[in-house]
Parts: sequence; C-alpha cells; structure tokens
Amino acid sequence: MSVDMKMPVLIVDDYATMLRIVKNLLKQIGFENVDEATDGGAALHMMKLKKYGLVISDWNMQPVTGIEFLRNVRADADLKGTPFIMVTAESKTDNVIEARNAGVSNYIVKPFSSEILKGKIESVLGKI
Amino acid sequence: MSSWPNDRGIYLQLQRLADFITKTRQELAILRPGEVKQEFILKAADELDAITEGTASATHRIMDAADVLMEVAGSLEKDKAAKVTDAVMSIYEACTFQDITGQRVTKVVSMLKVIEERIDSMVIAMGDMEPDAAIETEARKAIDAAHQAAGESASTLHGPALPGQGTSQSDIDRILAGEGT
Repeated sequence: MSVDMKMPVLIVDDYATMLRIVKNLLKQIGFENVDEATDGGAALHMMKLKKYGLVISDWNMQPVTGIEFLRNVRADADLKGTPFIMVTAESKTDNVIEARNAGVSNYIVKPFSSEILKGKIESVLGKI
Repeated sequence: MSSWPNDRGIYLQLQRLADFITKTRQELAILRPGEVKQEFILKAADELDAITEGTASATHRIMDAADVLMEVAGSLEKDKAAKVTDAVMSIYEACTFQDITGQRVTKVVSMLKVIEERIDSMVIAMGDMEPDAAIETEARKAIDAAHQAAGESASTLHGPALPGQGTSQSDIDRILAGEGT
C-alpha cells in the first residue's frame, strides 16, 4: 500500500531552525500537510485535536521532553498506534534503548540527511 | 627506631601547616574568585548565548535565501531544477549545525555553572575568620541548588556526542532491530 502523502505530519522541536529544516525536507519528500509544536505537551494536545499519520519529535525539550511525549502517546488508547520517529542529538546507546523500550518506531541521530529521513519514514510507513 | 616528636617538634609542624594555610589563602585571594565569578563567568555565559542567537539568525537568513532558490528552481528546465533542488537540500541539511551548536553551548554553560559553584565553595572556605553567617547560608543554598540542578540534568541526557563517541546510526538501527543489547 502506498503512503498517503496528504496525511497530516506533526513535527516537534524546541528549535525553530530545526522545525523549519524538517518541514522543508518533508516538503521536498512530498509531505505538504505538516504541523509544528515546540514541546511534548503542546504536541500531545494537538494530537488529541487532530489525527496525525506520523510524528517526528526531538528528545531534548522542555517542559515535556520527547521521551515523555512518546510514553504519553503510547499510553493513550486513541494515539498509541501513531508512527513515532525520534530525531535527536542523543546518540548514547542507553538513550536509544530507552526510546526503543518506550515504543519508538525509528530513531534518527542529528545531524542527518534528507536521504536518511526519507529512508526512516519509508521503514515506518512503507515505500514513498 | 623512630622516636615520637617532642612538644617542640609538634609545635613546629603545626606552625608550618598554619603558614602554608595562610599562604594558600593569600594566593587564593589574589585570584579574586568573586571577580572571576561576577565578571568572567557571567560574561562567558553571555558570549555563549550570543553565539546561539547569532548562529540562529544566520541560519534563518541562509534558509531564507535557500527558499528563494527553491522558488527559482521551479521556473528552470528539469535538469537544472534538479541540480538546484539538490543543492538547496544540502544547504537545509547543513543548517542542522545550528541545533547541534546550540546544544553544545548549553553543555558548556552547564559546565560554567559547576565552576561557579566551586568558586562559591572556595569563597566560603577562604573567607574571613568569622564569616557572615547569613551570607554563608545563602551561598550554601545556592550551591545545593546548583548541585541538585546538575544532578537532574545529568540523569539521562548527554547532549551531542563528540566525533568518535556516541552510537552510530547503523548501531542504532541494529539496536532497534533487536540485534544488540
């Protein structure tokens, strides 16, 4: 089944620059319907108001971090199936395992290329 | 067989110890730790904040220019448009440096806070023979708070790894695939 490129995608990062970069890269890949949030709390609120086909989130944010946001998503009966990719500078093995155990769909280390982003999205959603 | 020092020997040792402590306190006083804290560390933190703001501003300008190029690419022949688009994508990718820089600067600021805390401890230790109890109590509270904050922030997150450290993307892929640890 092909990926619906019109699906809403939610990107979460406290750096405006990163939001802009990821949004542009997603646009280039073909995703046009991209919303933004600057921390896990705001993002969870947005997810309760709108159904997203993919979430791409940073880890290191305040007041609600990416890992807390992920756990909240996985603990919510309505949201737990949402594909969730963590994009972060945190590359310690412990962090990766913690994210895996929390139910992350995939994990990208910053800095990254558009090819890596596309590849990880395809591994979660299917061929674009 | 060594003999236990007599009273005069003990007195001389204590005198040397007292002289050493006095000299050390004088040397520490010369370093003017209060000034180091108030002037240099605060200024260094401000400079680091300026780096973050400066790189953020520059990055947005670079991306504004890249957005213009993307618009222009739409009016070009297919081959040329593809080349321009690839180049603009490279610019976008390279702009992630700003995020990494910001996180590294945050780490350095955290380190400066630890240095500041050590200086506070030193100021208390080398203060007047009868330090003001209120000031000492205040300083100790600040140190305890800094300790607590440092402990919390260091609990799980490490920030960007230096080159050669951390876990590579391929290792992460293996972990997520259940092949490692």
